[in-house]
Amino acid sequence: MDEGRAQRRGVSPRLWLAGGWLLLALLAAIFAPLVAPQDPLAQDLMLERLPPFWIDGAEPGYWLGTDSLGRDLLSRLIFGGRIAFIVAFAAAITACLVGSTLGLIAGYFGGWTDRIISRVVDVWMAFPPVLFAILLVAVLGTGLSSVILAIAIIDWTRFCRVIRAETMGQSRMDYVENARIAGYGRIGIMLREVLPNVVPSIVALLSLEMGIAVIVEAILSFVNLSISTDDPTWGGIIAEGRLSIHQAWWVLVFPLITLILTVLSFSQFGEALKTRFDPVLR
Amino acid sequence: MSAICLDISDLSAVLPNGQRVLRSVSLAVQPGEVRALVGESGAGKTMIGKAVLGVLPSSVRVVEGDIRLEGEDLGKLQPKARRTLIGARTALIPQDPLTALNPSRRIGSQMTDRLVRILGWSGERADTRIRQLLDEVQIRDPDRVLKSYPHELSGGMRQRVLIAAAFAAEPRLIVADEPTTALDVTVQKQILRLIVQLQREHGTAILFVTHDLGVVAKISQKVSVLYAGKVVEEAETAALFAAPQHPYTRALMAATPRYTEPFASLKPVDEAVLAGLASEIAAADQAWRRPHG
Ligand SMILES: Nc1ncnc2c1ncn2[C@@H]1O[C@H](COP(=O)(O)OP(=O)(O)OP(=O)(O)O)[C@@H](O)[C@H]1O
Ligand SMILES: [Mg+2]
Repeated sequence: MDEGRAQRRGVSPRLWLAGGWLLLALLAAIFAPLVAPQDPLAQDLMLERLPPFWIDGAEPGYWLGTDSLGRDLLSRLIFGGRIAFIVAFAAAITACLVGSTLGLIAGYFGGWTDRIISRVVDVWMAFPPVLFAILLVAVLGTGLSSVILAIAIIDWTRFCRVIRAETMGQSRMDYVENARIAGYGRIGIMLREVLPNVVPSIVALLSLEMGIAVIVEAILSFVNLSISTDDPTWGGIIAEGRLSIHQAWWVLVFPLITLILTVLSFSQFGEALKTRFDPVLR
Repeated sequence: MSAICLDISDLSAVLPNGQRVLRSVSLAVQPGEVRALVGESGAGKTMIGKAVLGVLPSSVRVVEGDIRLEGEDLGKLQPKARRTLIGARTALIPQDPLTALNPSRRIGSQMTDRLVRILGWSGERADTRIRQLLDEVQIRDPDRVLKSYPHELSGGMRQRVLIAAAFAAEPRLIVADEPTTALDVTVQKQILRLIVQLQREHGTAILFVTHDLGVVAKISQKVSVLYAGKVVEEAETAALFAAPQHPYTRALMAATPRYTEPFASLKPVDEAVLAGLASEIAAADQAWRRPHG
């Protein structure tokens, strides 16, 4: 029966393209020291502003060219992926755990519990997120963990709002009442009956949030508020690329493409997963 | 003590705005009896069922009266004990079999889970029991059904599953709230026949909510006629059809098309009867308000 269903669904190209890019980028980041052609930090003024491989003047081994300090762009992007993915996973999972739990509780219990949680969410969402992030990092100090924490602190509300609404809808369904008649307790019903029905949305949001975390981290790096080490970050490379746009456009364009592909893939992957997980849609 | 299966006495419930949804409802169902509950939409039929099953909406408040299940006064029990008692002795056959099943869980786990958790049975025993019940509701491929998700079954199949689940724990009372209205006309009769058949074999009392007087005549021993949250007439089914006493009952019967003249247009309930009822209800409310402030 499961095979039959998989056939009916067909192979979703969206899922494979998005998943493929993410897997490629993730593996490259994990095995960066093995796959990066050069040392991402090695400067060589003899090699500054080398163009990408298909343009005259390119050097073998420097596929995407070099920046104004002669560092290999591809290697820097691969190593930059490490921080991007660490932030994406850690921040999105933290935001998801906090937001989904509160959303589930607010949506299921309703009443004053819901009023308090919804109020907090409203107030929270009134802050412009990027400003909020910059402010938080300024307070928490720069560094990997404060960037992760800042993103989680800002974005748990996304999960909370959506999961609350979905939980409310599910809680009104007859199967919840049926479970109450059968003698189940409230917490048991929330976890066993309602939660499985909101999991598809949680998964989709989680993936979307990973993309958002990648952008926010890039923005923070761009304004020099992120990880204050020499390790390359996508946002940092973009910031440097902006300065040399006229002499070396590739230093700006390739990290932008990488960033956009990654963010898009996360959101598409989430949507595709949601349809897979949903028992009614699949 | 040979307890009455379900004994509701003088039950009144109000909405936050003070409007009464149940007006001193009294209703006693004997073990193994099928009691029909009829009345127009909004009369409070579902509300009575929910009160019995302990799942009234939070906005509805019971202000008077009590409900006894086999002699146990539900209002006097602690919430946990009440839940356990209701869970063990009652069940619901719902109106809409689709929303009554959890869309993300397989039928099998939804059915056995309850026996295991509520009655403390072993998984094996529950599985055997469920298969036995599926056989009784004439499901011939239990393996497939148990592995399915609710949306993979037809409406009729889902309702069979729910009927099997309702009878599985041998409840003393089943509330069937318009169990066939959401179904295809062609399967309504089969489902009705199944409910009656299982009811006879298991000796379960049923509180059967319906709009359909034809169904009432076929399956019930007694009828309570409800109007605006008030029981206006209660009688043996045969007696009620032979000689309806209350004008509302007579109007209801007149408004029901007969098999002998299937194309006769639906007549609305007579205006004069409704006017009479309205003043009767108003007078009853007046009398009720005096002692209750
Ligand atoms: N959740 C609720 N909160 C407040 N009032 C409600 C709620 N549900 C129903 N009511 C009101 O209670 C009254 C009785 O409703 P009930 O659902 O018991 O009617 P019913 O006889 O089952 O009607 P139907 O035949 O349409 O199912 C109606 O006036 C209705 O508006
Ligand atoms: Mg109803």
